[in-house]
Amino acid sequence: MAILLNRNTRVIVQGFTGKIGSFHAEDMKRYGTKLVGGVTPGKGGQTHLGLPIFNTVKGAVRETRAEASIVFVPPPFAADSIMEAADAGIKLCVCITDGIPSQDMMQVKRYMLRYRFEDRMRLIGPNCAGVITPGQALMGIMPGNIYLPGRVGIVGRSGTLGYEAASQMKALGIGVSTSVGIGGDPINGSSFKDMLKLFEQDDDTDAVVMIGEIGGPQEAEAAIWARDNMRKPLIAYIAGLSAPKGRRMGHAGAIISAFGESAQEKVEILKEAGVVIVPTPSSFGEVVAETLSRTKKAA
Amino acid sequence: MDIHEYQAKELLARHGIHVPRGGLAYSPEQATYRAREIGGGKWVLKAQVHSGARGKAGGIKLCANDDEISNAAEAMLGRKLVTQQTGPRGKLISRLYLEEAVDIAQELYVGFVLDRKEERVMIVASAAGGMEIEDIVERAPDSIIRTTVDPGVGMQRFQAREIAFGLGLDQNLIGKATETIFSCYQVFRDYDASMLEINPLVVTRDSNLVALDAKMSFDENALFRRPEISELRDKSQEDPRETFASDRGLSYVGLDGNIGCIINGAGLAMATMDMIKIAGGEPANFLDIGGGASPERVAKSFRAVLGDKNVETILVNIFAGINRCDWVAEGVVKAIREVGVNVPLVVRLAGTKVEEGRRILADSGEPVIVAETLAEAAEKAVAAWRAATKTKAN
Repeated sequence: MAILLNRNTRVIVQGFTGKIGSFHAEDMKRYGTKLVGGVTPGKGGQTHLGLPIFNTVKGAVRETRAEASIVFVPPPFAADSIMEAADAGIKLCVCITDGIPSQDMMQVKRYMLRYRFEDRMRLIGPNCAGVITPGQALMGIMPGNIYLPGRVGIVGRSGTLGYEAASQMKALGIGVSTSVGIGGDPINGSSFKDMLKLFEQDDDTDAVVMIGEIGGPQEAEAAIWARDNMRKPLIAYIAGLSAPKGRRMGHAGAIISAFGESAQEKVEILKEAGVVIVPTPSSFGEVVAETLSRTKKAA
Repeated sequence: MDIHEYQAKELLARHGIHVPRGGLAYSPEQATYRAREIGGGKWVLKAQVHSGARGKAGGIKLCANDDEISNAAEAMLGRKLVTQQTGPRGKLISRLYLEEAVDIAQELYVGFVLDRKEERVMIVASAAGGMEIEDIVERAPDSIIRTTVDPGVGMQRFQAREIAFGLGLDQNLIGKATETIFSCYQVFRDYDASMLEINPLVVTRDSNLVALDAKMSFDENALFRRPEISELRDKSQEDPRETFASDRGLSYVGLDGNIGCIINGAGLAMATMDMIKIAGGEPANFLDIGGGASPERVAKSFRAVLGDKNVETILVNIFAGINRCDWVAEGVVKAIREVGVNVPLVVRLAGTKVEEGRRILADSGEPVIVAETLAEAAEKAVAAWRAATKTKAN
């Protein structure tokens, strides 16, 4: 069933009636996502895009049995919205919002720990493109048509670079089981490692493409986990070869501030862990194709 | 966002942390006047630029009389200070800070950063202060104390006390050090800082604890709720290319190459720059135009990129998701006609409405070099740049 999301997942939108929320809600609905309502405090009881609006996430969960929520709430209020979802029993929350203060995210992560592991919400993002299970459902802002349904998982920080990878794969007839954008912020809900664990256990995924970038410890952590635990092939690209130290490259998290955080150093760490490296951003398609045919032969 | 040393010290002093008496000066006369105000017989004149390692670069001078202050001030003001951290362009000195000299018995290091692995605020302290933290890590790794703060309850006094004892301080300084470290954390938290470094925090001969230097950076995502911090921004310390772009809502980082980049998405921007490098060129900048690329926004991006006189070719790479290629193409044509693009221009469009976008470019009759893939775009940009520089040389 791919990971995180499928055609039966019941989804609500937080920040439903705003311009951005409305635009993407329509897009997701068109793609086939099972959208069951939305939340905008103060507009409860009305309808929007033919779906019910609720004042609170708890209210929405009670009435619609929603399991997943996508957040389009502006940065000053986004952390609050994520915590509201966690408390209402939402299982999966995807936060698209870009610009949430780091201290707010620290609190969000701390807050989520108050629930028992089995009841704990999984957060994807913030500052991400979202999740898509091609041919089934979309919880995000990516253009659905560039993904072919298939058996390769994608996990990346960047939205558009993920599109680049997916479209190169599509051009060679390679499809995607699920693609997850974990976002470009220094503190995010789910790490590369978290997603690799899910893909490794997913019967519909044969191989995983990881699209990392400069800054932070997550790519190295994921590589070491994969070396010790992963049986499916892991293919990776790290963006930022030409980035100077100490300069933030767009994403708040894309900054080289410690040893092991430059693109060259990360590539070395990945190589040592046995990860297949995509040497240039124009060779995602061919490297994935080669890796898949090699694995098939071996099997 | 970075602030100056004197601004950081003002914030710290307001929260009870001891700093040397000092005053700001914009001229040699003001500097000597500050010496009278402060009193005493020895002062330190410090260039206020957004960089560490100022001492080695000539940005810090010990002075014993008016003449020395005046001469040092004269020599610093209006000059660009080039330190290990500024890059070759250096940073303009337009403000000076004069402080009373302090009798130092011991130098300590105290720093607060966001630790991405623990996802918490981390406090780093060492009894080997006075040198850069990188050097402490290398030369005195055993002296380093690290503690993280639980964001649920904030820092506790016992944590500050443990650090104070860990630094090996005298019994009579433990209380002062605990309060100093605790107050620093509160400043860090209350102003949404991303970094606070006091190096050195000194023990004076009369058993006081004084922040002799202070460096602070702030989380730009939190400036909306910290107007008092936003006001401390000093644009003279920024790359003018970056100021121009950020005032127009564009995410731009200036680099030293010749191929200007206009791209949507931070990851794709970095990847495109990598591709330029692999093809044998050097990117002039990082520029992410963001999600909704209206024709006006595209035109603004062209202005920002062309503001850099080193740019000899422009590469536009847009993978439209929420964006639409036809709008981007209209923006490109508008920019050529309104801004005037007198360097070779390579455009690669992909995603939503790509056919419409390519048609608009073709129908415009403007000399745009079109590429279909990322590799082709980078190769064409580097080739166009080589051809253009050759023509120029002839």
